[in-house]
Amino acid sequence: MTTSKEIVLDVEGLRMRYGPDDVLHDVTFRAYHGEVLALLGPNGAGKTTTIEILEGFRTRSAGRVQVLGADPAHGDERWRARLGIVLQSWRDHGRWRVRELLDHLGAYYAPYATEAIPRPWPADDLIRAVGLTAHADKKIRTLSGGQRRRLDVAIGLVGRPELLFLDEPTANFDPQARHEFHDLVRGLTDSHRITIMLTTHDLDEAEKLADRIVILNGGRIIADGSAGELARRIAGEDRVRWVCDGRRFTHSTAESTAFVRGLFDRYGEALGELEVHRASLEDTYLTLVRQAESGRGVMTR
Amino acid sequence: MNPAVTAIRTGWTRGLIELRQSFTNGADLLNHLLWPVLMLIVTFFLRDVEFGSTGLPLGTLALPSILGMNVAAVMVSMSQHLTADREDGTLLRAKATPHGVRGYLVGKVVALSGGLLADLAIFLIPGLFIIGGLAAASAGSWLTLAWVLVLGVVAALPIGAVLGSVFTGTRSQGLLQLPILGMIGISGIFYPITSLPEWLQAIAQVFPFYWLGLGMRSALLPDAAAGIEIGASWRHLETAGVLAAWAVLGLILAPIVLRRMARRESGSRVAERRERALQRIG
Repeated sequence: MTTSKEIVLDVEGLRMRYGPDDVLHDVTFRAYHGEVLALLGPNGAGKTTTIEILEGFRTRSAGRVQVLGADPAHGDERWRARLGIVLQSWRDHGRWRVRELLDHLGAYYAPYATEAIPRPWPADDLIRAVGLTAHADKKIRTLSGGQRRRLDVAIGLVGRPELLFLDEPTANFDPQARHEFHDLVRGLTDSHRITIMLTTHDLDEAEKLADRIVILNGGRIIADGSAGELARRIAGEDRVRWVCDGRRFTHSTAESTAFVRGLFDRYGEALGELEVHRASLEDTYLTLVRQAESGRGVMTR
Repeated sequence: MNPAVTAIRTGWTRGLIELRQSFTNGADLLNHLLWPVLMLIVTFFLRDVEFGSTGLPLGTLALPSILGMNVAAVMVSMSQHLTADREDGTLLRAKATPHGVRGYLVGKVVALSGGLLADLAIFLIPGLFIIGGLAAASAGSWLTLAWVLVLGVVAALPIGAVLGSVFTGTRSQGLLQLPILGMIGISGIFYPITSLPEWLQAIAQVFPFYWLGLGMRSALLPDAAAGIEIGASWRHLETAGVLAAWAVLGLILAPIVLRRMARRESGSRVAERRERALQRIG
C-alpha cells in the first residue's frame, strides 16, 4: 500500500456560462488519490453542472480542468475506461437482466485490464458486493428504486474505475436504503483504492462519507475542508442557555467553556437549568449558505 | 485485444441479446406478428382481384411490394429506437462506456436486421402458400431478393439513424410517421405505380420505398409482370443506383449527425427529457 498524494481531480478557475448567466464562477478544488470528496450544496448550486464537466459530458466556458491527468473535454476512450459514472436517474436497459447487463458492459473494459487492475470486475462478485445476488436474474425494470440504484453503482464499478462519480446517490431514498448505501460506499473505500467524488445536498451524507467537503453555493465555492475543519473554521458559535432568578437567558459564544465558568463565578448557586449546545456541522453549513446568499462574507480559503 | 474490435464483438452480442428480448416479450412479439398477419389478410383478399389487362392478381403484385416496404420501414424502427434510447438514457450509458457508442450501434444494426429477417420470413413463407403465381422457385429470384434486401438495409439503417438524431422526442417521431405513410401510399406498394399521375411517380422514384418494392417484385414475379412497371422494365441498374446513392448519403451523414447527437448527451439532458415526458403523461 502506497500513500501517494497523487492529484486525481484538479479544477482551477472553472467557469460555466449559459446565455447571459454564469452558473459557475471561478470554481477551484482538488481531489487526491483514494479520497472521498463531497460536493455539497443546495439545489441549483451548480453541483451537477460541475460533475458533468468533469465527466466530459459538458463543455466548460473557461478554466483549467484535469481529470486523471487529462482534459475531460478531450478525454479518449482509454481515459473513459478509468472512470465510473453514476448519474442521478437511470432508467435504461429495463428489459435486460441484472447479470446479463453487467456481463455485457463489463466486456467493453476487458482490453483495458492492467497488471495492477484486472478489468472488468466479474459480474457475480460485483452483484454480491452491492447486495443484489437474489436479484441477479431479474429484469431490471422490476427492481425497486433502491435496488436499481445499487445496480447503477455496480455498473459504475464494473470497469474497476480509478475515479467514481456519484451524482446525488441517495436522493429519494428511505432512511434504511440510505444507510445501506452508505455502508456500500464505505466498503468500497476501505477495500479498494478508488477515488470518489459525490454530489449531495444532504450534509449528513457528506459528513458520513467524505474525507473532504467542498461547499458550493450559487456557483461559487464557499468552503473546502474536512468536516471537522469546516466546523472549526466557522468558529462554531455554541449556544448557552440558563435560568437565573426565574428568568431565562440565551447567549451565543465561541468560547462556551470559559463563558460557563464565568457564569458560575458570577451567579454560583443561583444558576439553574444550564444547557450548552455545541455548534454542529449543520449550523456551520447553514451559516455559510446564509452568509453567501446575503452576499456578505463570502468565505475564501 | 484491440478495444475497438472488442466493442464490435460486444456490440454483436448486444444485438443478439436485444433480438432475443424482442421475441420473448409480449408487446414486441405482437409487433412482430400483427403486421405480417394483417398484410397476409390484405393479400389474401386481393388474391383474386385482377389488375387491368395483365391477368395478374393484385395480391400477387402486393406481396413482394409489401416485402420491399418492410425493408424500407427498418428506417423507421432505427429512428424510433434511437429516440427511445436517448430518452431513457441507454445512449448516455453507451457514451459513458469505452467505445460504448460503437458497440451500441453495432448492436442496433444486428438487432434490427435480424428482426427484419424474421419479420420477412414470417410474412413471406405463409404468403408463398396463400398467393399463387410467384416465381420464387428459381435460384435467380432468391439471388435478386438477397441483393435488394442487403442494399435496402444498408440504405435504410443510416437514414433511420439520421432521422432518429434529428427528430428528438417521441412526439416528433410521431409526426415523422405521416410523410412515411404518404410515401408508402405513392410508392406502388398496394397498387401499381403506373396508375398514378406522372408527377407523383417522379416524387416516388426519389425515395427507397418504391425501389425496394420494385426490386422485390422483380425477384418474385414472373418476367411478364414487368409490363406494368415504369418503362415496362425491372430497371435493376436504376434500382441498385438509387439504393446505393441513399446508402452512400446515409453512411456519410449518419456518423456526423450521430457524433453530434452523442456529444450533446448528458445526465441533465436525460433528466430534462424525463421531466417533459412525465408532464405529457400527467
